[in-house]
Amino acid sequence: MLAVRDLEGWYGESHVLHGVAFDVAEGEVVTLLGRNGAGKTSTIKAIMGVLPKRTGSIRYQGAETASLSPDRIARLGIAWCPEERGIFASLTVRENLTLPPVIAPGGVALDEIYALFPNLKERLGSQGTKLSGGEQQMLAIARIMRTGAKLLLLDEPTEGLAPVIIQQIGRTIRDLKARGLTVLLVEQNFRFARTVADRHYVMEHGRIVDMIGNDALDANMDKLHGYLGV
Amino acid sequence: MDTIFGIPAVALYGQLMLGLINGSFYALLSLGLAVIFGMMNVINFTHGAQFMMGAFVAWMLLNWIGLGYWWALILAPLIVGATGVLIERLMIQRLYKLDHLYGLLLTFGLALIIEGLFRNYFGSSGLPYRIPAELQGAMDLGFMFLPNYRAWVIVASIVVCFATWYVIERTKLGAYLRAATERPLLVQAFGVNVPRMITLTYGFGVALAAFAGVLAAPIYSVNPNMGSQLIIVVFAVVVIGGMGSIAGSVLTGFGLGIVEGLTRVFYPEGSATVIFVIMAIVLLVRPAGLFGRA
Repeated sequence: MLAVRDLEGWYGESHVLHGVAFDVAEGEVVTLLGRNGAGKTSTIKAIMGVLPKRTGSIRYQGAETASLSPDRIARLGIAWCPEERGIFASLTVRENLTLPPVIAPGGVALDEIYALFPNLKERLGSQGTKLSGGEQQMLAIARIMRTGAKLLLLDEPTEGLAPVIIQQIGRTIRDLKARGLTVLLVEQNFRFARTVADRHYVMEHGRIVDMIGNDALDANMDKLHGYLGV
Repeated sequence: MDTIFGIPAVALYGQLMLGLINGSFYALLSLGLAVIFGMMNVINFTHGAQFMMGAFVAWMLLNWIGLGYWWALILAPLIVGATGVLIERLMIQRLYKLDHLYGLLLTFGLALIIEGLFRNYFGSSGLPYRIPAELQGAMDLGFMFLPNYRAWVIVASIVVCFATWYVIERTKLGAYLRAATERPLLVQAFGVNVPRMITLTYGFGVALAAFAGVLAAPIYSVNPNMGSQLIIVVFAVVVIGGMGSIAGSVLTGFGLGIVEGLTRVFYPEGSATVIFVIMAIVLLVRPAGLFGRA
Protein backbone atom coordinates (compact mmCIF):
# COMPACT_ATOMS: atom_id res chain seq x y z
CA MET A 1 0.00 0.00 0.00
CA LEU A 2 2.81 2.40 0.94
CA ALA A 3 6.34 2.05 -0.44
CA VAL A 4 9.00 4.55 0.63
CA ARG A 5 12.39 4.53 -1.13
CA ASP A 6 15.51 6.73 -0.91
CA LEU A 7 13.60 9.35 1.07
CA GLU A 8 15.70 12.40 1.94
CA GLY A 9 14.31 15.29 3.95
CA TRP A 10 15.38 18.73 5.16
CA TYR A 11 14.28 21.42 7.59
CA GLY A 12 15.98 24.42 6.07
CA GLU A 13 19.71 23.64 6.15
CA SER A 14 19.30 20.68 8.44
CA HIS A 15 19.32 17.32 6.62
CA VAL A 16 17.09 15.05 8.74
CA LEU A 17 16.25 12.01 6.56
CA HIS A 18 18.97 9.99 4.82
CA GLY A 19 17.57 7.45 2.38
CA VAL A 20 14.63 6.14 4.40
CA ALA A 21 13.08 2.99 2.88
CA PHE A 22 10.22 0.81 4.14
CA ASP A 23 6.90 -0.71 3.14
CA VAL A 24 3.47 -0.90 4.71
CA ALA A 25 0.96 -3.46 3.43
CA GLU A 26 -2.78 -2.90 3.36
CA GLY A 27 -4.49 -3.66 6.68
CA GLU A 28 -1.24 -3.65 8.67
CA VAL A 29 -0.40 -1.68 11.78
CA VAL A 30 3.28 -0.76 11.49
CA THR A 31 5.32 1.34 13.91
CA LEU A 32 8.32 3.54 13.53
CA LEU A 33 10.33 3.16 16.75
CA GLY A 34 13.40 5.15 17.71
CA ARG A 35 14.84 7.73 20.02
CA ASN A 36 14.05 11.44 19.99
CA GLY A 37 15.43 13.03 16.86
CA ALA A 38 15.77 9.77 14.94
CA GLY A 39 13.57 11.11 12.14
CA LYS A 40 10.24 9.37 12.89
CA THR A 41 8.09 12.50 12.87
CA SER A 42 9.98 13.86 9.86
CA THR A 43 9.23 10.65 7.96
CA ILE A 44 5.50 11.02 8.69
CA LYS A 45 5.62 14.67 7.70
CA ALA A 46 7.43 13.80 4.47
CA ILE A 47 4.72 11.26 3.59
CA MET A 48 2.04 13.86 4.30
CA GLY A 49 3.87 16.47 2.21
CA VAL A 50 4.31 18.98 5.03
CA LEU A 51 8.09 18.66 5.45
CA PRO A 52 9.65 21.81 3.92
CA LYS A 53 11.80 19.81 1.48
CA ARG A 54 11.85 16.15 0.47
CA THR A 55 13.24 14.01 -2.37
CA GLY A 56 13.04 10.32 -3.22
CA SER A 57 10.03 8.14 -3.84
CA ILE A 58 6.84 7.72 -1.80
CA ARG A 59 4.35 5.50 -3.61
CA TYR A 60 0.83 5.14 -2.23
CA GLN A 61 -1.33 2.49 -3.90
CA GLY A 62 1.05 2.65 -6.85
CA ALA A 63 0.88 6.44 -7.28
CA GLU A 64 3.96 8.63 -6.75
CA THR A 65 3.20 11.30 -4.12
CA ALA A 66 6.63 12.76 -3.37
CA SER A 67 5.96 15.90 -5.43
CA LEU A 68 2.30 16.45 -4.49
CA SER A 69 0.95 19.15 -2.16
CA PRO A 70 -0.53 18.06 1.20
CA ASP A 71 -4.14 18.54 0.10
CA ARG A 72 -3.62 16.32 -2.97
CA ILE A 73 -1.98 13.65 -0.81
CA ALA A 74 -4.89 13.80 1.66
CA ARG A 75 -7.37 13.37 -1.19
CA LEU A 76 -5.64 10.11 -2.16
CA GLY A 77 -6.68 8.67 1.20
CA ILE A 78 -3.91 9.45 3.70
CA ALA A 79 -4.75 11.19 6.99
CA TRP A 80 -2.43 12.60 9.63
CA CYS A 81 -2.76 12.97 13.38
CA PRO A 82 0.16 15.25 14.33
CA GLU A 83 2.27 14.89 17.46
CA GLU A 84 1.03 18.18 18.92
CA ARG A 85 -2.55 16.95 18.17
CA GLY A 86 -3.47 20.15 16.33
CA ILE A 87 -6.78 20.86 18.05
CA PHE A 88 -8.06 24.27 16.96
CA ALA A 89 -8.71 26.76 19.76
CA SER A 90 -11.09 28.89 17.69
CA LEU A 91 -13.29 25.89 16.87
CA THR A 92 -15.74 23.98 19.05
CA VAL A 93 -15.28 20.25 19.62
CA ARG A 94 -18.00 19.58 17.05
CA GLU A 95 -16.33 21.88 14.51
CA ASN A 96 -12.95 20.25 15.17
CA LEU A 97 -14.47 16.80 14.74
CA THR A 98 -16.24 17.58 11.46
CA LEU A 99 -13.55 19.86 10.01
CA PRO A 100 -11.62 17.39 7.81
CA PRO A 101 -13.59 16.93 4.60
CA VAL A 102 -14.83 13.41 3.81
CA ILE A 103 -12.57 12.31 0.96
CA ALA A 104 -13.97 8.82 0.30
CA PRO A 105 -16.89 6.67 1.39
CA GLY A 106 -16.34 4.13 4.14
CA GLY A 107 -15.42 6.46 7.00
CA VAL A 108 -16.56 5.76 10.55
CA ALA A 109 -20.00 7.30 11.18
CA LEU A 110 -20.36 10.02 13.82
CA ASP A 111 -22.64 7.80 15.94
CA GLU A 112 -19.98 5.10 16.06
CA ILE A 113 -17.36 7.71 16.97
CA TYR A 114 -19.55 8.92 19.84
CA ALA A 115 -19.94 5.30 20.97
CA LEU A 116 -16.15 4.88 20.95
CA PHE A 117 -15.48 8.23 22.65
CA PRO A 118 -18.48 9.09 24.87
CA ASN A 119 -16.54 11.99 26.44
CA LEU A 120 -16.47 13.83 23.14
CA LYS A 121 -20.22 13.62 22.72
CA GLU A 122 -20.76 15.34 26.06
CA ARG A 123 -18.42 18.20 25.18
CA LEU A 124 -19.44 18.96 21.57
CA GLY A 125 -20.13 22.64 22.29
CA SER A 126 -16.91 23.29 24.23
CA GLN A 127 -13.91 25.07 22.82
CA GLY A 128 -11.57 22.43 21.36
CA THR A 129 -8.59 23.28 23.52
CA LYS A 130 -10.66 23.22 26.74
CA LEU A 131 -10.62 19.40 26.61
CA SER A 132 -8.13 17.42 28.68
CA GLY A 133 -4.99 16.14 26.97
CA GLY A 134 -6.49 12.67 26.63
CA GLU A 135 -9.75 13.98 25.21
CA GLN A 136 -7.85 16.16 22.75
CA GLN A 137 -5.95 13.07 21.57
CA MET A 138 -9.24 11.17 21.15
CA LEU A 139 -10.60 14.11 19.15
CA ALA A 140 -7.50 14.25 16.97
CA ILE A 141 -7.84 10.55 16.12
CA ALA A 142 -11.65 10.62 15.85
CA ARG A 143 -11.69 13.44 13.30
CA ILE A 144 -9.53 11.52 10.82
CA MET A 145 -11.58 8.30 11.26
CA ARG A 146 -14.59 10.05 9.71
CA THR A 147 -12.99 10.99 6.43
CA GLY A 148 -12.77 7.64 4.68
CA ALA A 149 -8.95 7.81 4.56
CA LYS A 150 -7.43 4.33 4.27
CA LEU A 151 -3.95 5.03 5.67
CA LEU A 152 -3.72 6.79 9.03
CA LEU A 153 -0.44 8.34 10.19
CA LEU A 154 -0.51 8.60 13.99
CA ASP A 155 2.36 10.51 15.58
CA GLU A 156 2.94 9.50 19.22
CA PRO A 157 -0.72 9.30 20.21
CA THR A 158 0.13 8.06 23.72
CA GLU A 159 2.65 10.75 24.62
CA GLY A 160 2.05 12.18 28.08
CA LEU A 161 -1.24 10.36 28.67
CA ALA A 162 -2.49 8.30 31.62
CA PRO A 163 -2.41 4.47 31.33
CA VAL A 164 -6.20 4.13 31.18
CA ILE A 165 -6.32 6.52 28.22
CA ILE A 166 -3.42 4.74 26.53
CA GLN A 167 -5.47 1.54 26.79
CA GLN A 168 -8.42 3.26 25.14
CA ILE A 169 -6.19 4.45 22.30
CA GLY A 170 -4.87 0.89 21.95
CA ARG A 171 -8.45 -0.42 21.65
CA THR A 172 -9.17 2.25 19.05
CA ILE A 173 -6.17 1.29 16.92
CA ARG A 174 -7.15 -2.40 17.06
CA ASP A 175 -10.67 -1.37 16.08
CA LEU A 176 -9.31 0.58 13.10
CA LYS A 177 -7.32 -2.47 12.03
CA ALA A 178 -10.43 -4.64 12.34
CA ARG A 179 -12.18 -2.21 9.99
CA GLY A 180 -9.45 -2.88 7.43
CA LEU A 181 -7.65 0.45 7.82
CA THR A 182 -3.87 0.68 7.63
CA VAL A 183 -1.98 2.49 10.39
CA LEU A 184 1.56 3.85 10.47
CA LEU A 185 2.30 4.63 14.09
CA VAL A 186 5.22 6.65 15.47
CA GLU A 187 6.04 5.55 19.01
CA GLN A 188 8.71 5.81 21.66
CA ASN A 189 6.74 3.58 23.99
CA PHE A 190 7.35 0.11 22.56
CA ARG A 191 5.47 -1.56 25.41
CA PHE A 192 2.40 0.13 23.95
CA ALA A 193 3.48 -0.44 20.36
CA ARG A 194 3.72 -4.21 20.83
CA THR A 195 0.06 -4.39 21.93
CA VAL A 196 -1.19 -3.02 18.61
CA ALA A 197 1.39 -3.51 15.85
CA ASP A 198 2.21 -6.24 13.32
CA ARG A 199 5.71 -5.05 12.57
CA HIS A 200 8.21 -2.49 13.87
CA TYR A 201 10.73 -0.46 11.91
CA VAL A 202 13.56 1.00 13.98
CA MET A 203 14.97 4.40 13.02
CA GLU A 204 18.34 5.91 13.92
CA HIS A 205 19.91 9.12 12.61
CA GLY A 206 17.38 9.56 9.82
CA ARG A 207 17.60 5.96 8.54
CA ILE A 208 15.65 2.73 8.96
CA VAL A 209 18.16 0.41 10.63
CA ASP A 210 16.08 -2.67 11.41
CA MET A 211 12.71 -4.34 11.02
CA ILE A 212 11.33 -6.64 13.71
CA GLY A 213 8.09 -8.61 13.48
CA ASN A 214 5.85 -8.26 16.51
CA ASP A 215 6.11 -12.00 17.24
CA ALA A 216 9.92 -11.78 17.14
CA LEU A 217 10.03 -8.93 19.62
CA ASP A 218 10.89 -11.06 22.67
CA ALA A 219 13.78 -12.75 20.87
CA ASN A 220 15.18 -9.36 19.85
CA MET A 221 14.69 -7.57 23.13
CA ASP A 222 18.40 -6.98 23.79
CA LYS A 223 18.88 -5.49 20.34
CA LEU A 224 15.83 -3.28 20.77
CA HIS A 225 16.99 -2.04 24.15
CA GLY A 226 20.23 -1.06 22.46
CA TYR A 227 18.37 0.90 19.74
CA LEU A 228 16.03 2.69 22.08
CA GLY A 229 18.50 3.14 24.93
CA VAL A 230 16.02 1.95 27.55
CA MET B 1 -35.85 69.34 24.85
CA ASP B 2 -34.15 71.82 22.57
CA THR B 3 -30.78 71.49 24.17
CA ILE B 4 -28.83 68.59 25.73
CA PHE B 5 -25.94 69.56 28.00
CA GLY B 6 -26.29 73.03 26.53
CA ILE B 7 -25.92 71.72 22.99
CA PRO B 8 -28.77 72.13 20.50
CA ALA B 9 -30.41 68.70 20.17
CA VAL B 10 -30.54 68.95 16.40
CA ALA B 11 -26.78 69.48 16.21
CA LEU B 12 -26.19 66.54 18.54
CA TYR B 13 -28.38 64.17 16.52
CA GLY B 14 -26.88 65.42 13.30
CA GLN B 15 -23.35 64.72 14.47
CA LEU B 16 -24.35 61.35 15.90
CA MET B 17 -25.77 60.47 12.48
CA LEU B 18 -22.59 61.63 10.77
CA GLY B 19 -20.62 59.56 13.26
CA LEU B 20 -22.70 56.49 12.40
CA ILE B 21 -22.11 57.09 8.69
CA ASN B 22 -18.35 57.39 9.18
CA GLY B 23 -18.53 54.39 11.49
CA SER B 24 -20.22 52.39 8.72
CA PHE B 25 -17.20 52.96 6.50
CA TYR B 26 -14.71 52.38 9.31
CA ALA B 27 -16.45 49.09 10.11
CA LEU B 28 -16.55 47.80 6.53
CA LEU B 29 -12.94 48.74 5.85
CA SER B 30 -11.48 47.52 9.12
CA LEU B 31 -13.48 44.28 8.74
CA GLY B 32 -11.80 43.67 5.37
CA LEU B 33 -8.39 44.44 6.88
CA ALA B 34 -9.10 42.09 9.79
CA VAL B 35 -10.20 39.24 7.52
CA ILE B 36 -7.08 39.63 5.37
CA PHE B 37 -4.71 39.99 8.30
CA GLY B 38 -6.23 37.03 10.15
CA MET B 39 -5.77 34.71 7.20
CA MET B 40 -2.55 35.97 5.63
CA ASN B 41 -0.72 38.01 8.26
CA VAL B 42 -0.50 40.75 5.66
CA ILE B 43 -1.35 44.34 6.60
CA ASN B 44 -3.07 45.36 3.40
CA PHE B 45 -1.99 48.94 2.78
CA THR B 46 -3.65 48.82 -0.66
CA HIS B 47 -7.02 48.77 1.10
CA GLY B 48 -7.64 52.51 0.73
CA ALA B 49 -6.79 52.41 -2.96
CA GLN B 50 -9.14 49.46 -3.41
CA PHE B 51 -11.91 51.43 -1.66
CA MET B 52 -11.26 54.25 -4.12
CA MET B 53 -11.27 51.78 -7.03
CA GLY B 54 -14.73 50.60 -5.94
CA ALA B 55 -16.05 54.16 -6.21
CA PHE B 56 -14.34 54.69 -9.58
CA VAL B 57 -15.60 51.42 -11.01
CA ALA B 58 -19.13 52.51 -10.01
CA TRP B 59 -18.53 55.82 -11.80
CA MET B 60 -17.13 54.07 -14.90
CA LEU B 61 -20.02 51.58 -15.02
CA LEU B 62 -22.47 54.50 -14.98
CA ASN B 63 -20.69 56.85 -17.37
CA TRP B 64 -19.13 54.36 -19.77
CA ILE B 65 -21.69 51.54 -19.96
CA GLY B 66 -24.76 53.11 -18.40
CA LEU B 67 -25.08 50.63 -15.52
CA GLY B 68 -26.49 52.36 -12.46
CA TYR B 69 -25.90 52.25 -8.72
CA TRP B 70 -27.49 48.90 -7.91
CA TRP B 71 -25.52 47.13 -10.62
CA ALA B 72 -22.38 48.84 -9.36
CA LEU B 73 -23.06 47.63 -5.83
CA ILE B 74 -22.76 44.04 -7.11
CA LEU B 75 -20.32 44.39 -10.02
CA ALA B 76 -17.73 46.78 -8.56
CA PRO B 77 -16.86 44.48 -5.61
CA LEU B 78 -16.56 41.54 -8.04
CA ILE B 79 -14.34 43.47 -10.47
CA VAL B 80 -12.09 45.03 -7.82
CA GLY B 81 -12.05 41.72 -5.90
CA ALA B 82 -10.81 40.03 -9.08
CA THR B 83 -7.92 42.50 -9.30
CA GLY B 84 -7.19 41.58 -5.68
CA VAL B 85 -7.06 37.90 -6.63
CA LEU B 86 -4.52 38.76 -9.36
CA ILE B 87 -2.41 40.83 -6.97
CA GLU B 88 -2.38 38.00 -4.43
CA ARG B 89 -1.54 35.36 -7.04
CA LEU B 90 1.17 37.34 -8.82
CA MET B 91 2.79 39.23 -5.97
CA ILE B 92 1.71 38.84 -2.35
CA GLN B 93 1.92 35.04 -2.52
CA ARG B 94 5.67 35.26 -2.93
CA LEU B 95 6.09 37.09 0.36
CA TYR B 96 4.45 34.72 2.87
CA LYS B 97 7.74 33.17 3.93
CA LEU B 98 9.30 36.58 4.58
CA ASP B 99 8.80 39.09 7.37
CA HIS B 100 5.39 40.88 7.58
CA LEU B 101 7.15 44.11 6.67
CA TYR B 102 7.60 42.99 3.08
CA GLY B 103 3.86 42.50 2.59
CA LEU B 104 3.25 45.91 4.12
CA LEU B 105 5.83 47.57 1.85
CA LEU B 106 4.51 45.82 -1.27
CA THR B 107 0.90 46.75 -0.63
CA PHE B 108 1.90 50.32 0.31
CA GLY B 109 3.81 50.64 -2.96
CA LEU B 110 0.86 49.23 -4.90
CA ALA B 111 -1.44 51.79 -3.27
CA LEU B 112 0.83 54.64 -4.40
CA ILE B 113 0.99 53.26 -7.95
CA ILE B 114 -2.76 52.72 -8.23
CA GLU B 115 -3.58 56.16 -6.82
CA GLY B 116 -1.00 57.73 -9.13
CA LEU B 117 -2.53 56.05 -12.18
CA PHE B 118 -6.03 57.22 -11.30
CA ARG B 119 -4.80 60.75 -10.57
CA ASN B 120 -3.01 60.81 -13.90
CA TYR B 121 -6.09 59.71 -15.80
CA PHE B 122 -8.94 61.37 -13.90
CA GLY B 123 -7.25 64.34 -12.21
CA SER B 124 -7.69 64.97 -8.52
CA SER B 125 -10.61 67.40 -8.50
CA GLY B 126 -13.23 64.69 -8.05
CA LEU B 127 -16.13 63.41 -10.13
CA PRO B 128 -19.80 63.62 -9.15
CA TYR B 129 -21.92 60.52 -8.57
CA ARG B 130 -25.64 60.99 -8.02
CA ILE B 131 -27.65 59.35 -5.28
CA PRO B 132 -29.90 56.73 -6.96
CA ALA B 133 -33.47 57.91 -7.51
CA GLU B 134 -34.89 55.34 -5.06
CA LEU B 135 -32.86 56.76 -2.19
CA GLN B 136 -33.23 60.49 -2.75
CA GLY B 137 -35.11 62.61 -0.24
CA ALA B 138 -35.24 62.38 3.52
CA MET B 139 -37.40 61.02 6.32
CA ASP B 140 -38.77 63.22 9.08
CA LEU B 141 -38.04 61.34 12.28
CA GLY B 142 -39.77 63.98 14.41
CA PHE B 143 -36.57 65.15 16.08
CA MET B 144 -34.48 65.40 12.91
CA PHE B 145 -34.46 64.86 9.16
CA LEU B 146 -32.65 61.70 8.07
CA PRO B 147 -31.53 61.61 4.43
CA ASN B 148 -32.64 58.28 2.96
CA TYR B 149 -29.28 57.55 1.39
CA ARG B 150 -27.45 57.93 4.72
CA ALA B 151 -29.93 55.58 6.38
CA TRP B 152 -29.28 53.09 3.59
CA VAL B 153 -25.51 53.29 4.06
CA ILE B 154 -25.86 52.46 7.76
CA VAL B 155 -28.25 49.57 7.12
CA ALA B 156 -26.17 48.15 4.25
CA SER B 157 -22.99 48.31 6.31
CA ILE B 158 -24.58 46.61 9.32
CA VAL B 159 -26.09 43.86 7.15
CA VAL B 160 -22.84 43.15 5.30
CA CYS B 161 -20.76 43.23 8.49
CA PHE B 162 -23.18 40.88 10.25
CA ALA B 163 -23.30 38.50 7.27
CA THR B 164 -19.50 38.38 7.14
CA TRP B 165 -19.28 37.75 10.89
CA TYR B 166 -21.93 35.02 10.61
CA VAL B 167 -20.17 33.22 7.76
CA ILE B 168 -16.81 33.28 9.53
CA GLU B 169 -17.97 32.42 13.05
CA ARG B 170 -20.95 30.14 12.43
CA THR B 171 -20.54 28.17 9.18
CA LYS B 172 -18.44 25.29 7.89
CA LEU B 173 -16.63 27.56 5.45
CA GLY B 174 -15.84 29.88 8.36
CA ALA B 175 -14.54 26.91 10.37
CA TYR B 176 -12.05 26.23 7.57
CA LEU B 177 -11.00 29.87 7.61
CA ARG B 178 -10.58 29.99 11.39
CA ALA B 179 -8.71 26.68 11.42
CA ALA B 180 -6.43 27.75 8.56
CA THR B 181 -5.67 30.96 10.46
CA GLU B 182 -4.34 28.81 13.32
CA ARG B 183 -2.61 25.96 11.45
CA PRO B 184 -2.70 26.33 7.67
CA LEU B 185 -0.49 23.31 7.01
CA LEU B 186 -2.67 20.94 9.05
CA VAL B 187 -5.85 22.14 7.35
CA GLN B 188 -4.15 21.57 4.00
CA ALA B 189 -3.15 18.09 5.16
CA PHE B 190 -6.86 17.38 5.71
CA GLY B 191 -7.38 17.83 1.97
CA VAL B 192 -8.37 21.51 1.82
CA ASN B 193 -6.73 23.64 -0.88
CA VAL B 194 -5.51 26.29 1.56
CA PRO B 195 -3.52 28.41 -0.94
CA ARG B 196 -6.67 28.85 -3.04
CA MET B 197 -8.66 29.67 0.09
CA ILE B 198 -6.10 32.37 1.00
CA THR B 199 -6.33 33.89 -2.49
CA LEU B 200 -10.13 34.01 -2.31
CA THR B 201 -10.01 35.46 1.21
CA TYR B 202 -7.85 38.31 -0.03
CA GLY B 203 -10.23 38.81 -2.94
CA PHE B 204 -13.15 38.92 -0.50
CA GLY B 205 -11.45 41.45 1.79
CA VAL B 206 -10.72 43.62 -1.24
CA ALA B 207 -14.33 43.25 -2.43
CA LEU B 208 -15.51 44.55 0.96
CA ALA B 209 -13.36 47.65 0.46
CA ALA B 210 -14.80 48.14 -3.03
CA PHE B 211 -18.35 47.70 -1.67
CA ALA B 212 -17.63 50.47 0.83
CA GLY B 213 -16.27 52.54 -2.06
CA VAL B 214 -19.54 52.21 -4.00
CA LEU B 215 -21.52 53.17 -0.88
CA ALA B 216 -19.26 56.20 -0.48
CA ALA B 217 -19.44 57.39 -4.10
CA PRO B 218 -22.67 59.44 -3.74
CA ILE B 219 -21.59 60.91 -0.37
CA TYR B 220 -18.00 61.92 -1.00
CA SER B 221 -16.89 63.02 -4.42
CA VAL B 222 -15.22 60.23 -6.40
CA ASN B 223 -11.55 61.17 -6.39
CA PRO B 224 -8.21 59.36 -6.35
CA ASN B 225 -7.33 60.50 -2.82
CA MET B 226 -10.58 59.48 -1.14
CA GLY B 227 -9.06 56.20 0.08
CA SER B 228 -5.77 57.47 1.44
CA GLN B 229 -7.57 60.10 3.53
CA LEU B 230 -9.90 57.53 5.07
CA ILE B 231 -7.50 54.62 5.45
CA ILE B 232 -5.22 56.37 7.95
CA VAL B 233 -8.15 56.61 10.36
CA VAL B 234 -9.18 53.03 9.56
CA PHE B 235 -5.73 51.75 10.50
CA ALA B 236 -6.07 53.54 13.82
CA VAL B 237 -9.48 51.85 14.23
CA VAL B 238 -7.90 48.45 13.52
CA VAL B 239 -5.12 49.07 16.03
CA ILE B 240 -7.68 50.06 18.67
CA GLY B 241 -9.94 47.07 17.96
CA GLY B 242 -7.12 44.56 17.71
CA MET B 243 -5.79 43.01 14.50
CA GLY B 244 -7.57 39.90 13.34
CA SER B 245 -10.72 40.09 15.48
CA ILE B 246 -13.81 40.06 13.24
CA ALA B 247 -16.50 41.21 15.67
CA GLY B 248 -14.01 43.54 17.35
CA SER B 249 -13.21 45.41 14.15
CA VAL B 250 -16.90 45.95 13.38
CA LEU B 251 -17.83 47.13 16.88
CA THR B 252 -14.77 49.37 17.09
CA GLY B 253 -15.55 50.85 13.67
CA PHE B 254 -19.07 51.92 14.62
CA GLY B 255 -18.06 52.90 18.16
CA LEU B 256 -15.25 55.18 17.05
CA GLY B 257 -17.43 56.78 14.39
CA ILE B 258 -19.85 57.76 17.16
CA VAL B 259 -17.05 58.94 19.45
CA GLU B 260 -15.75 61.10 16.65
CA GLY B 261 -19.22 62.55 16.03
CA LEU B 262 -19.74 63.37 19.73
CA THR B 263 -16.32 65.00 19.89
CA ARG B 264 -17.32 67.22 17.00
CA VAL B 265 -20.25 68.45 19.10
CA PHE B 266 -18.56 68.93 22.44
CA TYR B 267 -15.01 69.83 21.44
CA PRO B 268 -14.87 70.40 17.66
CA GLU B 269 -11.13 71.16 17.69
CA GLY B 270 -10.43 67.61 18.87
CA SER B 271 -12.58 65.73 16.36
CA ALA B 272 -9.78 65.15 13.87
CA THR B 273 -7.40 63.77 16.49
CA VAL B 274 -9.64 61.99 19.03
CA ILE B 275 -9.26 58.58 17.33
CA PHE B 276 -5.48 58.87 17.38
CA VAL B 277 -5.51 59.91 21.04
CA ILE B 278 -7.60 56.82 21.83
CA MET B 279 -5.20 54.73 19.76
CA ALA B 280 -2.23 55.98 21.77
CA ILE B 281 -3.99 55.23 25.06
CA VAL B 282 -5.06 51.73 23.93
CA LEU B 283 -1.53 50.98 22.75
CA LEU B 284 -0.19 51.97 26.16
CA VAL B 285 -2.78 50.07 28.20
CA ARG B 286 -3.69 47.11 25.96
CA PRO B 287 -1.16 46.75 23.14
CA ALA B 288 -3.09 43.86 21.53
CA GLY B 289 -6.15 46.10 21.11
CA LEU B 290 -9.54 46.07 22.83
CA PHE B 291 -10.63 42.77 21.25
CA GLY B 292 -7.23 41.41 20.24
CA ARG B 293 -5.71 38.13 21.35
CA ALA B 294 -2.33 38.86 22.87
